[in-house]
Amino acid sequence: MSLVAYFDAASSEPLHPRAREALLAAVDVGWADPARLYGQARRAHLLLEQARTEVAEALGARPDEVSFTSSGTQAVHLGVLGTLHGRRRAGRHLVTGAVEHSSVLHAGQVHEREGGTVETVGVDLLGRVDLGRFAAAVARPGVALACLQSANHEVGTAQPVAAAAAACAEHGVPLLVDAAQTAGRMPVPPGWSVLTASAHKWGGPAGVGVLVVRKGTRFRSYLPEDERERRRVPGFENVPAIVAAAAALRASLAEAAAEQARLSALVDRIRETVPKIVPDVEVIGDPVDRAPHIVTFSCLYVDGEALLTELDKAGFAVSSGSSCTASTLRPSHVLEAMGVLTHGNVRVSLPRGAAAEEVDRFLAVLPDLVRRIRQDAGVA
Amino acid sequence: MTEVTQPALTIDALGKKCPIPIIMLAEQINYVPLNAVVAVLADDPAAYTDVPAWCRLKSHRHVGSYELPEGGWAIHVRRNY
Repeated sequence: MSLVAYFDAASSEPLHPRAREALLAAVDVGWADPARLYGQARRAHLLLEQARTEVAEALGARPDEVSFTSSGTQAVHLGVLGTLHGRRRAGRHLVTGAVEHSSVLHAGQVHEREGGTVETVGVDLLGRVDLGRFAAAVARPGVALACLQSANHEVGTAQPVAAAAAACAEHGVPLLVDAAQTAGRMPVPPGWSVLTASAHKWGGPAGVGVLVVRKGTRFRSYLPEDERERRRVPGFENVPAIVAAAAALRASLAEAAAEQARLSALVDRIRETVPKIVPDVEVIGDPVDRAPHIVTFSCLYVDGEALLTELDKAGFAVSSGSSCTASTLRPSHVLEAMGVLTHGNVRVSLPRGAAAEEVDRFLAVLPDLVRRIRQDAGVA
Repeated sequence: MTEVTQPALTIDALGKKCPIPIIMLAEQINYVPLNAVVAVLADDPAAYTDVPAWCRLKSHRHVGSYELPEGGWAIHVRRNY
């Protein structure tokens, strides 16, 4: 067991050993420009297209639907704005869930600045989007695109993507599904028109995102176009990193059934134990219908930054949605939209291989840390 | 204008960051009679979410949150027990 238990997989999963091997091999042979015609270039091209085929197969897509971006955030930005641009004659209205990743909300802000409109559909106490309101929103005329994540990045709650996709299909509205937290861990939910994901969340290297545009979906790049990635993403592909990303995705999926079930059982253990051993705690999100690796809880009367600092000293890397721990002065928009306690917030997200002993050690040290912080704040 | 119950106690937590406004509320809610209203004055955006969430967890009633002219809110809580 390492000295520090890394429990922040939802921010970044450690590099999968298969990805490391693939990266080292591809750095030596995949460096040339895949768009050229000489031997080294053809080799790079072959590696790139093989990776594309593997990623497409893993995500339930065709290779020609898959483009690689420089991050998951860029995949969302290009996916949202490119679909809106491609469908501008159909309308200028964007529908999204209130707890989407900030990349979706930021792309929506760009759309609004350019005269488009955005409708944000609220969520319940578990963080699940109001399906009735979502379906009603996409039924109105002039909707160019709807966005819904597969599962929430802060609280783990799975979104009703299949039902939302059916509502979108009924009205001819494309649905962008941000699968960043579940790709490589769970099957991709059906019905998407545009799919985005991020390799470093499934054990690939940082710097590779995936943008999948279903054949027949109108799409036009929001950025200046070049000949790369079927004109959807400008710029020279990072072939070695893409090869490593594909290797990590295949390896993660091969292990997913057993490993994600194991992590999910550890999450269950945290969800069940924390309220028994820490008084005045709220465990947040759906206990069952959720991403397998994420659990979030908030401790009443506790400063989130103090708790993160104490956990760091005790050897646990976790994150928080409390305002004091964010770069802004606002708490996480996810916790706000859910109406749950935003202070004293801790997100535990388990990487592949997280040991049961580490989780037990976390549960052993947590009650005393919380008690001491409350005592220092004068809470009886 | 809707009728707002006059608070029996006003807690000034302006300028204080969460969880301090919540700690002050938890300490002082028992100073008022049952069914009386406590007003928490706060300008930390977290308080806007956290006071109603505290009420839900502690089975008190969040009556309403009213914007203050100088910024922040008066967040009204009714003591239930």
